[in-house]
Amino acid sequence: MASLPPDPGESSSSNPPVLPPAPGWQGIASDWASDKDAFKQVPWGKAMMWIFLLSDTFIFSCFLTGYMSVRMATTSAWPNPSEVFALTIGGKEIPLILIAIMTFVLISSSGTMAMAVNFAYRRDRAKTTALMLATAALGLTFVGMQAFEWSKLIAEGVRPWGNPMGAAQFGASFFMITGFHGLHVSIGVIYLSIVALKVLRGDYERSGNYQIVEIAGLYWHFVDLVWVFIFAFFYLW
Amino acid sequence: MAYAEQAETEVLHEPKSFLTKYIWSQDHKVIAIQYSLTAIFVGLVALVLSGLMRMQIGFPGSLAFMDASTYYQAMTMHGMIMVIYLLTALFLGGFGNYLIPLMVGARDMVFPYVNMLSYWFYLLAVLVLLSSFFVPGGPTGAGWTLYPPQSITKGTPGTEWGIVLMLVSLAIFIVAATMGGLNYVTTVLQARTHGMTLFRMPLSVWGIFMASILALLAFPALFVSAIMMLLDKVLGTSFFIPAIISLGQQLDHQGGSPILFQHLFWFFGHPEVYIVALPAFGLVSDLISTHARKNIFGYRMMVWAIIAIGVLSFVVWAHHMYVSGMNPYFGFLFATTTLIIAVPTALKVYNWVLTLWRGDIHLTVPMLFALAFIVTFLVGGLTGLFLGNVIVDIPLSDTYFVVAHFHMVMGVAPVLVVFGSIYHWFPKVTGRMLNDTLGKLHFWITFLGTYAIFFPMHYLGFQGMPRRYYAYENYAFIPQSAQELNAFITVVALTVGVSQLLFLFNLAWSTFKGKPAGSNPWGAASLEWQTPDTPPIHGNWGAKLPVVHRWAYDYSVPGIEQDFVPQTVSAEELEQMRQLSAGTRTADVKT
Repeated sequence: MASLPPDPGESSSSNPPVLPPAPGWQGIASDWASDKDAFKQVPWGKAMMWIFLLSDTFIFSCFLTGYMSVRMATTSAWPNPSEVFALTIGGKEIPLILIAIMTFVLISSSGTMAMAVNFAYRRDRAKTTALMLATAALGLTFVGMQAFEWSKLIAEGVRPWGNPMGAAQFGASFFMITGFHGLHVSIGVIYLSIVALKVLRGDYERSGNYQIVEIAGLYWHFVDLVWVFIFAFFYLW
Repeated sequence: MAYAEQAETEVLHEPKSFLTKYIWSQDHKVIAIQYSLTAIFVGLVALVLSGLMRMQIGFPGSLAFMDASTYYQAMTMHGMIMVIYLLTALFLGGFGNYLIPLMVGARDMVFPYVNMLSYWFYLLAVLVLLSSFFVPGGPTGAGWTLYPPQSITKGTPGTEWGIVLMLVSLAIFIVAATMGGLNYVTTVLQARTHGMTLFRMPLSVWGIFMASILALLAFPALFVSAIMMLLDKVLGTSFFIPAIISLGQQLDHQGGSPILFQHLFWFFGHPEVYIVALPAFGLVSDLISTHARKNIFGYRMMVWAIIAIGVLSFVVWAHHMYVSGMNPYFGFLFATTTLIIAVPTALKVYNWVLTLWRGDIHLTVPMLFALAFIVTFLVGGLTGLFLGNVIVDIPLSDTYFVVAHFHMVMGVAPVLVVFGSIYHWFPKVTGRMLNDTLGKLHFWITFLGTYAIFFPMHYLGFQGMPRRYYAYENYAFIPQSAQELNAFITVVALTVGVSQLLFLFNLAWSTFKGKPAGSNPWGAASLEWQTPDTPPIHGNWGAKLPVVHRWAYDYSVPGIEQDFVPQTVSAEELEQMRQLSAGTRTADVKT
């Protein structure tokens, strides 16, 4: 069998010749089933990252539904996020200002990441590296601001097992969910920095394949998207 | 990039020393064997634990060290090890790793390094779990479902260290399973060889593929519940613990929701049943087809049934919680979805039987195990219909009927497939056959024995014998005859347990001294039997990847002497075979 040419066509097989795909759902089903076009251009790493992100989505969904469930189940009053997460700037209390800035920073980092992917495919190594490092720096800023927020709340007496403002689950959910997300951002910062340095060093020049930048970007956008949900469900509810 | 474009450009990692070849190996076949041996080892630990439990139930007080705490610890560890560390690891990490690349025509998993990490994380999880036997207070005795609040409040054995190690071990296991699962799914989707369309894959690959998807989507719920319970235990948060008085003391917790844990746990726990069952369905389909020399009946329907079962398994979880206190309408909803899942499952059973119908059945050891699986799974599946209905479940819940049901359906049935598959694929792994006599002896003791163990438990359940009790004396509602039946079950259970030594001996002996098998002893059509070397060497396929021209089930094709057509045979070659066969027949007529 090894002597046969690696012909992906079906002409030599015992099956009937390949027909053009049927329209609509049937076409999609038959296309996926026999694998003619769907996924064809997707390299292994990218496919794997998408599947991982799907799995990670389930982790964050479970965290968020768990949080919402205990928030509804608990008997004590839930602290008002607008007050808890307010900063006093120039004598005025501004609700959610820190979170607004953090969100802005993180969403901006997705912008620089998208530009990095663009320059990577043009094989502009200097600009790619610069933009990726900018993304990582914005991520680091985000983590730094989160550390500030954590220490401020801890100073105000919020602990995982209780807090002076109300339901004990507030602190528990807050530290758990933002902690888990912050961990994702931190890992992302390390991941992006490594890829950026490898791009700068020219590690991918031999193959000329810069898909790794896009794969790292997928992860980064995902972490960003998750934050939008945490923002909506934890801070705005 | 299916059809192997990337496979042909990818540089394969070459092992250089003994260490990289057998210990820190990135070869899927070596990793599969590492996974399997580790899983079988912990499985034996769990088997011994079940023997100890049976001694207590059958002959109360016969073991001096067996007090209530030890009993609960043995029960918890037995359940958790069997479900997660043995069956999940063996089907996905063992069979998945070995068979997927060979069956889809890949040289290895797509990311061999991640695959290797998956095994080492799994080993770490096993070690953490086993270490809980040696810490103060011993392993957790919370029951394998780890329901809070009892799992982390004082009074349950193992609340000092055991439960923490259990949760940490589970979290590590989930990391391992995720790394493995990503590899399996991506390999099936993107690294198939030329001509290997999704609908030409053997059902083994389909079963493992779907189970890996379930693992990737269901384990997150267990991961989250493990993290939350760990925080409850270590940091004193109150996710799952309401205000509670335990052993006369008001605990520091308040406002948590124990039901939340049950929802999270069973959102994982029910798909977990199918993470174990779907690979078994797939593997057994291939065993039946190969050893009945007949194509699998209704291949496409079998595939769609696997997919349907996988999807439905995510919407049935609360049928484990009928007695937990749920809105009755929820019970109605989940009973309905549970009964719907019986449709694709029954379809599979019919198709197995119809594959056997008028087949050329060879009663080889793998086939015996496959037939035993059908019977056992049928019994376990039918009792599942009882328990899926709220009104029947409520009196039967927490009795031995449930124990009988889930041992039949997801304990014994998949284990029979594990044995059958080991007897079937062992020749490919080692190049030698397992001993047939020992195999048959092992089969009959195991099959009849497990029936004798679990079938009477249905009656014990009807009589109202509750599960999870340490001792059954002095309960007026349990008749004396129950104790006699329990003693009988214990004797059989110990016999079956000890008889597994036959299997271990057979494995060890045949690996070195078994009859040489040749490359395709069963005359199987699927791709893994067409490798140039047996056992397959690193890279599996020599210089060129194989080309696939047909499905994996061309058995007893009319007009051809050889009763199977390998997947690699093209239409022209098939025509030649046909003419050759016709030629021999005319020659026969002339003489």
